[in-house]
Amino acid sequence: MCGFGGYFGSVPDGRALLEKMTVAIAHRGPDEHGAFTAPQAGLGHVRLSIVGLGDGQQPMSDATGGLTIAFNGEIFNYVELRDELRTRGRRFRTSSDTEVILHLYDEMGEDCVSRLNGDFAFALWDNRRRRMLLARDRMGVRPLFYAMRAGTLYFASEVKALLQVPGIPAEIDPIALDQIFTLWAPIAPRTPFKNIFELEPASLMVADERGAATRTYWNLAFPESDARSRHVDEGEAAEELRALLTDATRIRMRADVPVGAYLSGGLDSSIVSALAAGMAPQGLRTFSVTFDSAEHDESAFQHEMAAALGTDHRAVACRAGDIAEVFPDVIRFAERPVLRTAPAPLYQLSGLVRDSGLKVVLTGEGADEIFAGYDIFKEARVRRFCGRQPGSQIRPHLFRKLYPYLPGLKQQSSEYLAAFFGAGNDPLDDPLFSHRPRLKGTAATKMFFSGDLRAKLAGYDAADELMSRLPEAFGRWHPLHQAQYLESRFLLPGYILSSQGDRMAMAHGVEGRFPFLDHRLVEFAAELPPEMKLKGLVEKHILREATKDLLPPSIGKRTKQPYRAPDSHSFSGRGELDYVRTAMGEEAIAAGGLFNPSAVTKLYEKCRARPPSGFRDNAAFVGILSTQLWLQTFTGTSIRAAEAA
Amino acid sequence: MTETIKDSVKAFIIENFLFGDTSYELADTASLIENDIIDSTGVLELVAFIEDRFGIAMTDADIVPANLDSLARISAFIAAKSAVPVSA
Repeated sequence: MCGFGGYFGSVPDGRALLEKMTVAIAHRGPDEHGAFTAPQAGLGHVRLSIVGLGDGQQPMSDATGGLTIAFNGEIFNYVELRDELRTRGRRFRTSSDTEVILHLYDEMGEDCVSRLNGDFAFALWDNRRRRMLLARDRMGVRPLFYAMRAGTLYFASEVKALLQVPGIPAEIDPIALDQIFTLWAPIAPRTPFKNIFELEPASLMVADERGAATRTYWNLAFPESDARSRHVDEGEAAEELRALLTDATRIRMRADVPVGAYLSGGLDSSIVSALAAGMAPQGLRTFSVTFDSAEHDESAFQHEMAAALGTDHRAVACRAGDIAEVFPDVIRFAERPVLRTAPAPLYQLSGLVRDSGLKVVLTGEGADEIFAGYDIFKEARVRRFCGRQPGSQIRPHLFRKLYPYLPGLKQQSSEYLAAFFGAGNDPLDDPLFSHRPRLKGTAATKMFFSGDLRAKLAGYDAADELMSRLPEAFGRWHPLHQAQYLESRFLLPGYILSSQGDRMAMAHGVEGRFPFLDHRLVEFAAELPPEMKLKGLVEKHILREATKDLLPPSIGKRTKQPYRAPDSHSFSGRGELDYVRTAMGEEAIAAGGLFNPSAVTKLYEKCRARPPSGFRDNAAFVGILSTQLWLQTFTGTSIRAAEAA
Repeated sequence: MTETIKDSVKAFIIENFLFGDTSYELADTASLIENDIIDSTGVLELVAFIEDRFGIAMTDADIVPANLDSLARISAFIAAKSAVPVSA
């Protein structure tokens, strides 16, 4: 785990620049730092020591000095790879996983990534071939950003390091903002920063004197809908899943420091904690967030699970006002506008982990994507049913079952629910069918965009761009698999793993590990027949079957309650702080230039008068506030201009 | 009377759901759902407004798109309900 920054090209005082870049991301690696420079190349590194505590310093060069790497993440199968490399005569000077990459690269070149099971981003300088290799893990757990400036390639684990480079300014990309206000996340390689990009998941970039070329080395793929699955026996599939998940957890327990676990009280983190507890003879420490609003709180389930496993459990209480208190920091670390406040409690949680003396935690993230746990998958199934059976009398009952935890929807008539979910209206062959209601509801928040921004975006459609990025085979996949692809390939790395995962954990120097995102498990889950994942309207069926002996029935049979946090309500009442009034005020909104000041004022007053329970007003409020904070933090535009006015 | 009801509802929709955007051409028969003007909780705001402003007690059976999904439908619904004494 760690952070790095570097360059390939001509930089007058490379070491000084590397120093600035790594200082900007020092939170990612509070244990050590180092730098390497060569003519035409530089690597800087900040280290969070987890594997090879005494000898894993970076940047690390091989014995010949011809290869040097700066690495962020973990290679969980490094033990097996090292043993294999040793049998071929390779000699290791350290006990770290970093050195394994160097040896593998020496043997295989950039194809070495195909052998790595892990969450990683790295930059490897090959002095023999005078080229820089950038690589990122398959699912996009670890970040890697880059920018070109005057013929030199700069790269770093976070954008704030790139902003240290003279001539790389922070400027918002209107297209990215439109994508966030439609899809919740920018479509990679685009980022909210104009002319700063991210290396996409499962991608490599090779830069040499001829230029830089990027390619994908792994794809998330599903079988064609009429293909015969090798998984015909549910019992056998469950057994295989259990073995894979156990091994994925086992290798993620590898560390020279204690490993803890997040425990939300839901199915996924409970499974991971249960498996990990059985592998931790010294006992497992678990961590969770509690809320003082009953709608969001899951502490009863957390306590039940912690007691069942006998873990040493600690919780951080997220009270009214806490989200507002930390929100500016959240945006500084997330480096993007967000539409929900959900990252904020996770920021608090990683702080608790760090204060408890741990720096590695397992999480259940990813299970909803690969085993079809999200409500959007069920919703799409109901909408398809309605489209095919417009006269069915059970339509109203199906919609009532979908979102039992949303108070706003509980009071809705069935006719309205059907209308809101577009039941029977959306074309069944629309590639984005599963996500249309969400896209439509989210895009409605763009009503607050200013005239200038609308003019810049004229004719642009984020959903169309999303469609243009789908693989050729997409149309031949089962509808559930299409929906899973959209979640896993775009929202997971673009929002969940970045805004709620890597950035919130690393803000406090904590490494999150994700057993469900082991690529062997992801590939296995993709091959499973849809009905083993979503059985009727029961989500993650096969996962429940595979792990039913691990959990108390109350947890194992629990219907999913998505992780959510209070939104606009967090910023009113006790949570209303000066910065919110200033950032949402007419002057600051006008200075930012992105939103309509009078419309935002009406929204602000509406939210203060009666906190909304629906998605649109909440998302608009959080989206506008976070965009204003983004501007203030990275460009100094908004509030500073308002203060000067 | 109907014109007054419609004006009042229209003003509420512009203020509360369109946040003052008077440039939006809100046709009398345009669907509020299909045009993304109200979302699922917006309906509840609309119901609260009708009850407060016009003194109508709405039942669950009243809260359906057939009554509330356009300016014309809302106005007709309110006019019809207003003609009937509200029971205690």
